[in-house]
Amino acid sequence: MSAITLRELTKVYPNGVRALDALDLEIADGEFFALLGPSGCGKTTLLRTIAGLEVASGGTVRIGERAVTNLPPGQRDVAMVFQDYALFPHMTVRDNIAYPLRIKKVGKAARQDKAAATADELGLSALLDRRPGQLSGGQQQRVALARAMACHPQVFLLDEPLSNLDARLRLEARTFLKRLQRELGVTTVFVTHDQAEALALADRIAVMEGGRIRQVGTPTEVFRRPANTFVAGFIGSTPMNLVPARVDGDALAVAGVRLPVPEEARGEVTDGEHLVYGVRPEYLDYSPDPVTDALTGQVVVVENLGSFSLVSLDVLPAEDGTATSVQVVVPEGREPEPGDTGWVAPRPGRSLVYRDGELVGSAAAPPVPAPRTGVGADA
Amino acid sequence: MSTVTTTTDGTGTADRSRAAVRHMLARIGRYVFLCLVLAFFALPLLWLATAPFDDTPTIGTSLPDFTLDNFRALLDNPYALTSLVNSVWLAGGTALLVVTFAALAAYALSRVRVPGRDALLYGLLLLSSIVTGTATMVPLFELAFRLHLIDSRLGVILILTGGLLPAAIFILKDFMDATPTSYEESARVFGASPLQIMRHIVVPVVRPGLATVGVWAVANVWGNFLVPFLLLRGPDKAPAAVIMYTLYTEGGQADLRLLSTFSLLYSLPVALMFVFVSSRYGFRFHGGIKR
Repeated sequence: MSAITLRELTKVYPNGVRALDALDLEIADGEFFALLGPSGCGKTTLLRTIAGLEVASGGTVRIGERAVTNLPPGQRDVAMVFQDYALFPHMTVRDNIAYPLRIKKVGKAARQDKAAATADELGLSALLDRRPGQLSGGQQQRVALARAMACHPQVFLLDEPLSNLDARLRLEARTFLKRLQRELGVTTVFVTHDQAEALALADRIAVMEGGRIRQVGTPTEVFRRPANTFVAGFIGSTPMNLVPARVDGDALAVAGVRLPVPEEARGEVTDGEHLVYGVRPEYLDYSPDPVTDALTGQVVVVENLGSFSLVSLDVLPAEDGTATSVQVVVPEGREPEPGDTGWVAPRPGRSLVYRDGELVGSAAAPPVPAPRTGVGADA
Repeated sequence: MSTVTTTTDGTGTADRSRAAVRHMLARIGRYVFLCLVLAFFALPLLWLATAPFDDTPTIGTSLPDFTLDNFRALLDNPYALTSLVNSVWLAGGTALLVVTFAALAAYALSRVRVPGRDALLYGLLLLSSIVTGTATMVPLFELAFRLHLIDSRLGVILILTGGLLPAAIFILKDFMDATPTSYEESARVFGASPLQIMRHIVVPVVRPGLATVGVWAVANVWGNFLVPFLLLRGPDKAPAAVIMYTLYTEGGQADLRLLSTFSLLYSLPVALMFVFVSSRYGFRFHGGIKR
């Protein structure tokens, strides 16, 4: 068992910055878990606190059955891969991989055998006698992973594992990493600021802001049902459309048209209430002809993104007069021209409403603490 | 039209060749000047190469009347060789202390946030030039006297170490700063103790810096005259720099045969050390690791 349990975890830096704010989190045994958030949200601090490189100001950290809050990093049975990989430049690949075993006083022959075996698993056998400076970025990352694997830790901690690779290598490394984690079955926590990386890799994602967790869920959950407007804006390669709306009888008045209230919010809204209507560009269907229950506006920008285009429409201004833009994904071959008038209809069951930034009708989802602003630092 | 063009071309060619000649002369002039300057500075070195092997060396440089008698005469001098050994002791001891303490201090200053750290470093650097300088010789002598460190090699080593440490810390801190903390943190997560981190990671990574500071300390002590001259009483403990002074005054005037021979022996170890360390580690006065 190597689940990670965090209770009321708080980290306040000496300069008064509250990087972690009474944070509760449970990471299951064998899970591939992502800590996601913008820079300065405390995700790296959280990872370093789990590793023991930062001392918690309050709260507890448990790994498996052990309380490790006050243990030094070396006694926590974790391995960490740093953003710059932190390979020792004066040691060969073999010595680098064998280093954790050297600290554990394993005999030289035994640890070199172990290093060779681990390197073999990751396809590094040909590189054993090289220095880190002679390796490519992808190879360096594999060596860092091999070094972490060599000591069979209970938990892997990866700090921005893909950010130092170029774009093409990143995709390759992403697949490799996911496969490796599945094969090893070791609880793995990684930090990233790239929502696409988190969605692609993780079994579950914690989205952080200002030292707090704003939502925890599977990639599907955080993508389809963001618990608040922060997560809605952060997750997805194109942010969710968030349009001011007002409850009008049994419908929503959104940008001059009446749309049905989303199913899950029915009965939870009161007439005349001001809300925010949210729908992802991917869940909108563009039509050049008038359709019912659709927003309408003029096409202003068409961005070609390969197999699809991102189309921005200026819809009718809201009641307070602010102009609103809505983005919609249009498959290739059906792109409108700027200046065209178009209709965009939300797909059933894919639109959400937010009250004061929180999802309405999310009774099933765990309550999320109110956001605190002006705190947080990414160490 | 064509005539005009030809004329212009003619003068153009003449102009160009004249310019080329002027350029060539300027080059020759510049190199002759450089050679003269170089010769001016090289002559003393040439003297060092020829005079020790000359039967009757003068203050000028000439083709030597080859002999090795000067070396035999030097060996007969009771203090000449011991003084070189003394120099090695003083320089080695000081270099060892400077490198050890400077490495520890630089590491701490680089990794721990101390308020006013930079002011402290610059202050130390400023004071260091005073510590071994002439200005503080009286209080230093007084201090050494009270601590019973007069006529003691340890006293000389400690005072020279104190003088060299600030600059050594300053140089080494740059090397330490350039070593990513992730190296150490990585080792810490694997369970390495601070001493293991220092031994396995930090020292090997900053080795060029340690070598530079070590060589620099040796060269400094090797050439220091004032501190050992004042603190050491007898010629039996005196280093080469001090013995050189006694060769100069014996018999009322400079003994050029001994002096030139001794100068050669005196400069060889440091020159050899420079070559060795430079080929092994390369000299760098800044941090930064190629990765």
